[in-house]
Amino acid sequence: MLDQRSRTAGSATAAGLIIKIAVLAVVAALAVWAASPLIAAEAWWGLALEAAVVVVIFYVYLQRRAIQLKYLIPGTMLLLAFQILPVVMTIGTSFTNYGDGHRVDKEQATEAIIAAGVQQTPGGTTYLVAIGEDPAGELTLLLTDQADGSTWAGTEAGLTELDGATLDDTGRVTAAPGYTVWDLAELNERQAELTALAVPTGPETGIKLQGLSAFEGQSTRSYSETCDCITDSATGTVWTADDDRGSFLDEDGKAALVGWRVNIGAENYLDVITDPDIRGPFLGVFTWNVMFAAGSVLFTFAIGLGTAMALNKESMRGTKLYRTFMILPYAMPSFAMLLVWAQMFNRDFGLINDLFNLDVNWYGGTWSARAMVLIANTWLGWPYMFLICLGALQALPADSLEAAKIDGATGMTAFRKITLPLLLIALTPLLISSFAFNFNNFNAIELLSGGNPFMAGDAVGGTDILITYAFRQAFGSSSADYGFASAISVFIFLIVATISAFMFRFTRNQEDVYS
Amino acid sequence: MTRTPDTAAAQRPAARRRKPLFVKWAMDTGWRHVVAIAVLVFGLVPIIYVVSAAFNPNGTMSSTNLLPTSFSLNNFQKLFTDDNVPFASWFMNSLMIAIPAAFISIFISSLAAYAFSRFRFKGRRPMLLFLLLIQMFPAFLAVVALYLIFGNLGEFYPVVGLNTRLGLMLVYMGGALGVSTWLMKGFFDTIPKELDEAATIDGATHAQIFFGMILPLAAPIIAISGILAFVGTMNDFVLASLFLTDRPEMTLAVGLKTLTAENSPASYFGIFAAGTLLTSVLTVAVFMSLQRYIVSGLTGGAVKG
Repeated sequence: MLDQRSRTAGSATAAGLIIKIAVLAVVAALAVWAASPLIAAEAWWGLALEAAVVVVIFYVYLQRRAIQLKYLIPGTMLLLAFQILPVVMTIGTSFTNYGDGHRVDKEQATEAIIAAGVQQTPGGTTYLVAIGEDPAGELTLLLTDQADGSTWAGTEAGLTELDGATLDDTGRVTAAPGYTVWDLAELNERQAELTALAVPTGPETGIKLQGLSAFEGQSTRSYSETCDCITDSATGTVWTADDDRGSFLDEDGKAALVGWRVNIGAENYLDVITDPDIRGPFLGVFTWNVMFAAGSVLFTFAIGLGTAMALNKESMRGTKLYRTFMILPYAMPSFAMLLVWAQMFNRDFGLINDLFNLDVNWYGGTWSARAMVLIANTWLGWPYMFLICLGALQALPADSLEAAKIDGATGMTAFRKITLPLLLIALTPLLISSFAFNFNNFNAIELLSGGNPFMAGDAVGGTDILITYAFRQAFGSSSADYGFASAISVFIFLIVATISAFMFRFTRNQEDVYS
Repeated sequence: MTRTPDTAAAQRPAARRRKPLFVKWAMDTGWRHVVAIAVLVFGLVPIIYVVSAAFNPNGTMSSTNLLPTSFSLNNFQKLFTDDNVPFASWFMNSLMIAIPAAFISIFISSLAAYAFSRFRFKGRRPMLLFLLLIQMFPAFLAVVALYLIFGNLGEFYPVVGLNTRLGLMLVYMGGALGVSTWLMKGFFDTIPKELDEAATIDGATHAQIFFGMILPLAAPIIAISGILAFVGTMNDFVLASLFLTDRPEMTLAVGLKTLTAENSPASYFGIFAAGTLLTSVLTVAVFMSLQRYIVSGLTGGAVKG
């Protein structure tokens, strides 16, 4: 109705027109700004995408037929870019072997392996080196040419010129825009990655690290297309490409350090089922994940409901005061309170051991750590449950309770037979979404226990839930496995989607929201 | 714990049976106070502990008790003078990310909510359902992909890459869209459509109806969704820890974590507590002033369902 009428009466006012032109001008300016780096990098697909976005925006705001689009477009674009695209990419990555050792494409991997065989040639260029990460988080050599002082950034993908770097007195790079430069402590920690790194500069030349300087030289290795293999003329080793695994394998089947990114199908998923080294920890994590979520909901609901029942009496004094204080834990910033709880469980000086005269190493044992996580998470969640229970209690139909009273049901019986069932009907959707929330409660685990305790040599901590487990696989201190981490994320998606579907079935009257 | 009016009234004719009356009071109301106080103790202990630690002059965990024994502003002073603790810039970073992100995402959501509430078009129902579905996948589940996307984006546009506040803000903006669009659509639906029609007859355009009428009428729900988005952003740890790694660039959540026992010397515990307390002042003030709205907002969904 409305849209039809505004179609005829839709002539914009002068002010509206000016605003519209101004907004479109800003869009155009942004588009020009955004286009230049894409052109410089010759990223034509990116440019085409950008042009398409701009055309859509201009079209939508200059047409007069579909007015709803003018209101939907900003949200749709944001949603596409930062919610839907990441989800799609996560699914895509879960079918690859993307991760440390498999970051680049085959050509770059070949070059990197050849570069690793570089021997210093007399008179070759030498560089001063600083080490760090580029904006994409990849290991980077920040090089200063000792002959002419020019600065370069080298990764296993190749060498690029580095602009705007800050140098110290000796000429070493100390900072560069977008790059993180490591200090000595971090250098020591990641020594292993460094020794393997070589920067390819040509078909058979490369830059290799030697202490805190680097040299460019000729490689003893060469790639041959006929056998799809790399031969090292100095040692006689032959690496043959395995396109299914994305690695070069030597005669003993040992993979070279740098491989490339390939599609490995459902292997990341199948590993969970077939690989006993993964299946065991995964099942443990999954079981605890369900226990954690269910336990959190159960305890918070029990305390919240109990408190709400207690305060649900009009003639009682001080309810307002009680309520104000009970909201306090809910109003405190949750991340900070999680950190406080983590401190309270400190073995030597923590409040809990102090108060109860205990000497429990809470983080030491799996079950004590789990108990701790549940206690703290209950503390964080019960005020919310209290609030919604109180609201639901006050909205219960008074006549059914009245009728129960007349029929002689009092106290516990009335609660069990009347109040609780009625409450559960109203609150089940919220309980389920609370379960879904806690199922993915990254903050609670990461900030309370950090996944501890870790048994020797285990990548999985005793309190790790799926999402923290995935996070550790991708960004933990050991090597990154983005593919597997993404597969776990997809698995979590599926679980949460199942829970949501269940919830939709339960609340059919959601339907009238659409009318 | 005073007597309630009705027991007091019942007391006069039966003054001799004092003891049974007390029993009746205990059965009726007394246990309620017992439960409430017990729960309050559980609820307030960590908060009292933080306060006590924040004002503890020593600042170490071993010298902190539940109840404060002495008082000093030492920790607060260090919070702003210690070179290792750029608390002021963490605070500013959090605000500078959370406030614009909340504002922009609420504005964009209100636009979408208006379209869903007032226009009938093809694909409206599937879009609404899709929105409901996508908001159940929190942004951090796709954290690997976000990390890779922004790593790539940073190569072309350094201003929005990893380790930039603008990049993080964009992610937060996208994350808050689904929930607030639904929340606001529900509210817009309760604004009578007759108002729109009257305005249209008076010659108002759709934009004038939206900005001049709907937005002012929906001020309460906009405030609530804004605050929910703001608090959610303030509390985020996973994305912030991944995006912002330079110490002065960190948000409060990431920064305060670096002050805890496993990352810092023992004497930083008091500073950590002081920082926590200052952060809390902000969120508690917001919650307390809007207590009524938040309670009805939370329970509204429950009771309607």
